[in-house]
Amino acid sequence: MDSSLRKVQDVWEQDTAIVEGVDISGPWNRMFGQRVIWDYTPELIDEIASLPGAESFAWCYQCGKCVPVCPVDVVGDYGPRKLYRKAQTGISLLDSPDLWLCTTCMNCLRVCPKQVDMVQIMPAAREQALLSGRPLPAELQEALENTARYGNPLGQPPRKREAWVKDAGVPVPILHQIQRPVEWLWWVECYPSYHPRGIDASIALARIFHALGLDFGILGREEKCAGDSQRLAGERGLFEMLAEENIRTLSKYEFHHIVVTDPHALNAFRKQYPKYGGQYDVWHYTTLLARELPRLRPLLTRQLPYRLTFHDPCYLGRHNGEYDAPRQLIEALPGVEFTEMPRCRQNSYCCGGGGGGMWLDSFAAGRQRRRLSEERVLEAVATGADTLVICCPYEVSRFEDAVKSTGHEGRLRVRDIAELLAEAMGLIGEEPAKA
Amino acid sequence: MTLAVILKQVPDVVEELAIAPSGTDLDRDSVSYVVNEFDEHALEEALLLREATGEDVVVVGVDTTGELDQALYTALAKGAQRAVKLVGDFEGSWLSTRALAGLLAPVIRELSPRLVLTGVQAPDDLDGQLAPTLGALLDWPHTGVVVGTELADGVVRVRKELWGGIMLDLELATPAVLGIQAARATPRYVPVGRVRQAMRESTIEEVEVETPVESAPKLSRLRAPEAAGRAEMLTGSPSDVAERILEILRARGLY
Ligand code: SF4
Ligand code: SF4
Repeated sequence: MDSSLRKVQDVWEQDTAIVEGVDISGPWNRMFGQRVIWDYTPELIDEIASLPGAESFAWCYQCGKCVPVCPVDVVGDYGPRKLYRKAQTGISLLDSPDLWLCTTCMNCLRVCPKQVDMVQIMPAAREQALLSGRPLPAELQEALENTARYGNPLGQPPRKREAWVKDAGVPVPILHQIQRPVEWLWWVECYPSYHPRGIDASIALARIFHALGLDFGILGREEKCAGDSQRLAGERGLFEMLAEENIRTLSKYEFHHIVVTDPHALNAFRKQYPKYGGQYDVWHYTTLLARELPRLRPLLTRQLPYRLTFHDPCYLGRHNGEYDAPRQLIEALPGVEFTEMPRCRQNSYCCGGGGGGMWLDSFAAGRQRRRLSEERVLEAVATGADTLVICCPYEVSRFEDAVKSTGHEGRLRVRDIAELLAEAMGLIGEEPAKA
Repeated sequence: MTLAVILKQVPDVVEELAIAPSGTDLDRDSVSYVVNEFDEHALEEALLLREATGEDVVVVGVDTTGELDQALYTALAKGAQRAVKLVGDFEGSWLSTRALAGLLAPVIRELSPRLVLTGVQAPDDLDGQLAPTLGALLDWPHTGVVVGTELADGVVRVRKELWGGIMLDLELATPAVLGIQAARATPRYVPVGRVRQAMRESTIEEVEVETPVESAPKLSRLRAPEAAGRAEMLTGSPSDVAERILEILRARGLY
């Protein structure tokens, strides 16, 4: 050992040190010695990282980049760094309410230098919690039971799934009735089939498809939830069952492409269904309509005197890379003013509905200063917009509730891009189509 | 020792029920079935007892729908040890509670359980006759509207709901038959993967039974309830509606 080194408690100092002419003798060159880090246990990190898919949990090196971009941290206390640190200090993620708060929005993965991937970690950890018989939040349990029993999380009768069609005002072919091939199979999904405001957007979209002369059909009562959010909430078995049934149903019909209303269905078809043998060419409706803009534009004849802002759905943008199509459609609307929110595109905020959040609303709300949807509505209001444009069916109910709970009723409307396009085409009025 | 739980499937009313052309039956092609909600609670209560005492849970049902397996496998996935299915020529008939109890009694006696748990009532047993009828046939003590149980030496302590929120604690000698109103916890969730695993790995025991000859009254016509036409739709602003509600309540002396 260097004899000039002396130990002052746990600190090393060199009596005499002159570096490049600067005298840094004594305390000026003080260094800390090695010490054993003893104040945490890796066990609870291993508990998560040993689950298939959740390995990256252990890679976190606590840089903290993920925390400020985490939408849950903005309204609470969250982020992968914090979950890792809590596990170090003896809080098991499996037994903590934290397990259910991540919306799998993927914003942390975007900035994480170590590729710690909550989109994989969360479903694996949640599945482990379910399989080990830990209780789950009651609202989520109900949604999962409904999905298993009825094929939709709302607990609506399967036969009613195609009932909205009678209000569409244009023919909406249902494949089990028409028995002929179609070019576009429209995967309507649950909220657009059952939720009143979802139905408004479905009717608008049906009229647009019809006006464009698109050869399309829906599965109607044969369609079941694509299941992606249930998977992310930890119910892989349920997801597999739905995927197998949907793939079996789809194999009965001839079609060229699938167009989906719901970005969560887009994600399921693109990334998960191929693993179960379902290979399809899948488009989000905004992508399809943006491609059709040359034919669509001349039909957009009505001026819309609205000030718009747009919310990027996590599962359309960050998860599937589509940021431009919705904006192209918005910009094609005659008469509108469009302002971006500060958090947009890759750094878009999250409505709170993803990854099972749709069915954890009260659970999460009780643990946050305000809902993610409320935070986003305040951001939209601050742009001066009178209309918040959306293109994911989870958002309309979440944001409309948030508009009310933040006291902005009458000042901000929430409308699907399809509704605005249909209005500009004169296919629906300013009020929801069905009202 | 075992705890026997009786599971029964009933038509799911989420989907609108249709009457068959015969006019005396539901249109069975369009009916889907669910486990009677109170039976779900009976199973949960039995699983909670098992966690406390280590008893085996056996689920028993009469397969009147041809679809009982799903319910039994789900119960096995939740933590039951055995499933017994009574099969026979039941198609196109609804078993009365009496007939059901008659079929179940010998099978249950054979199982010699410490306790029999069933739902307090069912949509086709609104009077909650299953537990008392079984109790009578087996000559075992019985009670209904149970909201909590605890097993002790030779007895079961039960909490029973009376009226107006009054609870009654009583002790029954075992074996006993209980009609469960609510388990102490919400019926647990079972992941679909676990149910599928149970379908692959466990077996349901089958017992052939004779179709009972019933002396029950014969059904002559089934029909949907007719709207009474007494509903008044209140319209206007929330305060108008509230005002009108108060008026109605006052007129009936309820406010
Ligand atoms: S950004 Fe990645 S490495 Fe850094 S703290 Fe977050 S999870 Fe850990
Ligand atoms: S996925 Fe989104 S909600 Fe989950 S931890 Fe990352 S940033 Fe937060």
